[in-house]
Amino acid sequence: MEDNIKKFLYVNRKAPYGTIYALEALEVVLIGAAFDQDVSLAFLDDGVFQLVKGQNTDGIGVKNFSPTFRALGDYEVTKFYVEKESLEERGLTADDLQEIMYEDEDDDYAEKPSIRLVNRAEMADMMAEQDVVLSF
Amino acid sequence: MKFGIVVSEGPYTHQASDSAYNFAKAALENGHEVPRVFFYHDGVNVGTRLSIPPQDERNIQKQWSALAGEHNVDLVICIAAAQRRGLLDEKEATRQGKDANNIAEGFRISGLGQLIEMGIQTDRLITFGD
Repeated sequence: MEDNIKKFLYVNRKAPYGTIYALEALEVVLIGAAFDQDVSLAFLDDGVFQLVKGQNTDGIGVKNFSPTFRALGDYEVTKFYVEKESLEERGLTADDLQEIMYEDEDDDYAEKPSIRLVNRAEMADMMAEQDVVLSF
Repeated sequence: MKFGIVVSEGPYTHQASDSAYNFAKAALENGHEVPRVFFYHDGVNVGTRLSIPPQDERNIQKQWSALAGEHNVDLVICIAAAQRRGLLDEKEATRQGKDANNIAEGFRISGLGQLIEMGIQTDRLITFGD
């Protein structure tokens, strides 16, 4: 399988709660991490709400899975593309998102941010480079 | 060309499983390969043999089972999504201490790894969902 690495993109377009798509997308990312592929995540439309910090789901009786995003760096899932326009349209800025870091093993394990803000055109270019796109 | 197909919405409620079926059938009839279809989210409900649509309507599960039988398509239901929604094969029913199973002919329950593997091994992966 090592000689067959594809670029996998998981597109997250829905809010974290209200439907199960976001949670089940994250389950695919976690399983997919074991396959040593080149993985990227995209967050756009209401999907940007998945990364908002300080989530508290006590009132709705649903598990808050947002801390799991911070663990993905350990699985070499380190590219989180967040669309600027989607943030702006929802009154959000980068400061509203939780800090997600990874250790770059090619740079003496320096801590680096996983979240990369991109505009709509850059998001499209990034999507065009992918081999496998799974949309949630 | 080798197509991998994902069905991510439930039958009858949503057109996704119909469109996926029509696509798979057309692809196979035109000489393409559809080695596997992966059912996720509410799409797992396609694989219950206990659904009884009215007789003058299509039976989505039977359409898929027949297609799988004719063309040797591997119909895989995600185990994590299936367990949430009460979709069980005999082995899982026994393992979980449940008194029945409901999986239809031609379907099998397996893990999300089968989805990733399908993405790696096919030329195109197409999702039918919302």
